[in-house]
Amino acid sequence: MQSVPAADPDPTPVLALDGITKTFPGVKALSKVRLALYPGQVTALIGENGAGKSTLVKVLTGIYQPDGGAIRVDGKEVSFAGAQAAADAGITAIHQETVLFDELSVAENIFLGHAPRGRFGLIDWAEMSRRAAEILKSVGAEIDPDHKLRDLGIANKHLVAISRALSIDARVVVMDEPTAALSHKEIHELYELVETLKAQGKAILFISHKFDEVFRIADRYTVFRDGQFVGEGQIDAVDEAALVKMMVGRDVSQIFPERQSHIGEVVLDVAAMSHPTEFADIGFTLRRGEILGFYGLVGAGRSEFMQALFGITRPSAGQVTIDGDATALTSPAEAVDAGIVYVPEDRGAQGAITALPIFQNVTLPSLRRTSRSGFIRLAEEFSLAREYTSRLDLRAASLDTAVGNLSGGNQQKVVIAKWLATKPKVIILDEPTKGIDIGSKAAVHAFMAELAAQGLAVIMVSSEIPEVLGMSDRVIIMREGRMVAELDRAEMTPETLVRHAAGI
Amino acid sequence: MSPTDQTSDARSAIPDRLQSQLEQRLKSWESLLLLVAIAIFVANSFASPYFLNAWNLSDATFNFTEKAMIAFAMALLIISGEIDLSVAAIIALASTAMGAALQLGAGTPVLILVGLGTGLLCGAFNGFLVTRMGLPSIVVTIGTMSLFRGISYIVLGDKSFQGYPSDFAFFGQGYVFWVISFEIVLFTILAVIYGIVLHKTNFGRAVYAIGNNPTGALFSGIRVARVKFILFLLTGLMAGVAAICLTSRLGSTRPSIAFGWELEVVTMVVLGGVNILGGSGTIPGVVIAAFVMGLVTFGLGLLNVPGIVMSIVIGSLLIGVIALPRLWTMWRQR
Repeated sequence: MQSVPAADPDPTPVLALDGITKTFPGVKALSKVRLALYPGQVTALIGENGAGKSTLVKVLTGIYQPDGGAIRVDGKEVSFAGAQAAADAGITAIHQETVLFDELSVAENIFLGHAPRGRFGLIDWAEMSRRAAEILKSVGAEIDPDHKLRDLGIANKHLVAISRALSIDARVVVMDEPTAALSHKEIHELYELVETLKAQGKAILFISHKFDEVFRIADRYTVFRDGQFVGEGQIDAVDEAALVKMMVGRDVSQIFPERQSHIGEVVLDVAAMSHPTEFADIGFTLRRGEILGFYGLVGAGRSEFMQALFGITRPSAGQVTIDGDATALTSPAEAVDAGIVYVPEDRGAQGAITALPIFQNVTLPSLRRTSRSGFIRLAEEFSLAREYTSRLDLRAASLDTAVGNLSGGNQQKVVIAKWLATKPKVIILDEPTKGIDIGSKAAVHAFMAELAAQGLAVIMVSSEIPEVLGMSDRVIIMREGRMVAELDRAEMTPETLVRHAAGI
Repeated sequence: MSPTDQTSDARSAIPDRLQSQLEQRLKSWESLLLLVAIAIFVANSFASPYFLNAWNLSDATFNFTEKAMIAFAMALLIISGEIDLSVAAIIALASTAMGAALQLGAGTPVLILVGLGTGLLCGAFNGFLVTRMGLPSIVVTIGTMSLFRGISYIVLGDKSFQGYPSDFAFFGQGYVFWVISFEIVLFTILAVIYGIVLHKTNFGRAVYAIGNNPTGALFSGIRVARVKFILFLLTGLMAGVAAICLTSRLGSTRPSIAFGWELEVVTMVVLGGVNILGGSGTIPGVVIAAFVMGLVTFGLGLLNVPGIVMSIVIGSLLIGVIALPRLWTMWRQR
């Protein structure tokens, strides 16, 4: 097979979707979308969270069956009854988080479910090992296929996941935010791998939030918005601004909200807080109306400190004073009562109870207020939920919708609404805009500014330098569990942040 | 995300509900189960001429009342993501404790207190091991199942306690009015109480939250360990209540009392639509499941079907009723 020049796509796509529709209770996830993938070309699928990208990947790989529309492979209409059928048609996907099996060997992980068979239908171990080594070599991994997976580091596990996807004779490779968990160096290796796959004539669907990546690697683009097809074309024919406009349907300034800080009296005073293993000697004060940023590298102990402040883990030493009262916070329930709330980084596992409806999530910490002597009053609950979700401009079919059916950005709004309804004094936001789309990001930033303006004290843990610079009145930088610097607005520059965080 | 909210002013556009509560109820598991119960009732009345008799039907309720009392508390416990397999052994221990108190000359009021107290203590022990020591409840309660019943065997051996006072017999043998037994009245009251606790109180909401996502519940300021401990206490207490009723009905205590009941209680809960993995289920569902199991056992009994066949029927019923909605959705998706 030969690579086809980007400017002149092969007239028949390997895979074409036409008029695909998929509906879930209360939500139309995809509405008559189309997509075409050409051999030897990388097509970037772009859209905000909730645009329908993940649903589309599941339709492509046979996990969901569409309600309408046609899937064509080499111009012939097909339907995938399940994941196996899609794999048989040569479609494979590398997911953000692939499920692998720690206790099995690398080769077994790669060939699980389609191991080469020898006589009597038994697994041909030698052949499996040989082919695994071949595939691993083709993705540039130096891994012994007979090693147990658990002995491998994260990066190598990722390569095993990629090898697994390539172990079926794939013609279409779907990459769903493949670089989200990778380091700088690994990302470069992944780009090289994509080039190799292109040269082999494979059609690649590349899903990413990062524009630099898209412009670097893609030949074509397709944009979805709110489950609908918006546009497609050659990547050289557009610029970033045009793509953003297509994605959100309007011009979005990357500028942070203009704020006039009105900093009041001290609400929170933390002194010499330490933890046996995660952090040591953390001390600072926080004032009303202030946004205090916490910057650091991943693993610097910021989230661990915040969780201790919220009463989830027990610090070994330290003193917390809220509004002048010394408080010992030994559980989240006590922290909430004292006026400290925490919006965690991991929305699905910690922030929201995704199986429960929106209104129940919002009222969960405020049930004492919406109930009468312990008995639920639904009307009060709905009114509280309506009040706070509308302040955050939540988008949902109804307040009775399960939170799990919402996009990441809207889930985050539910979590924030839940805490605002408790009328807190201090709100801790841990990576508040991680993995959410541009539109929701701007909404969260604007709202954060509004909260501070109303006199709430905000702690924002963020690893995004523009966000830290754009939002914080003051920033504390942590490295290896310790505070290494405290900078005010005038002292903050990208260079100083990085220098302190990395310790150079 | 959804096409319904694409108005420029999404602020006022989110409705409270898309489906009315009535509509949700009609489509629920409980409605399906109710149809099954009615079908069994009709089938029974055709199968045996003795079925449609007020006294016979009243007798039939004893097949499930005691188990159902435990099933209410067990439903909450399973919804919260835990389980208690020691309930039948708690009955044995509580009954043994009552028998021992009887030997010391205790009267009915003291016997009641001993029965309830033993149940609470056993529940507290389970709850302590699970919520304080962080041990998995299935392992803990398999252990205490052997432990509690083992104590009964040590105390009683092959003997039995007998000679309970005549006023004690009321709890298992008494009638409040005509064919309405004390047990069915207690069953009804407890059903209402547990229904209100689970569906109408903050505590019930916390139970659902914990069952769906214990970490998320903790991060939302719910006192997860406390709620779970209370649920173990309640389950133990209900086993104590069942021990009083059963001991009163049998008039004696043997160490093999209520043997194997834990699985029947769990079956009742699961048949009632409670997710065995936690997070969902209702008390009305458990109530209907109790009737279904009682009617099946009674109907088969009238037809002189042996006990071993009955357990085959109950097992098949459980699998059949659980599989039905799954088959239905699979069929619809084709």
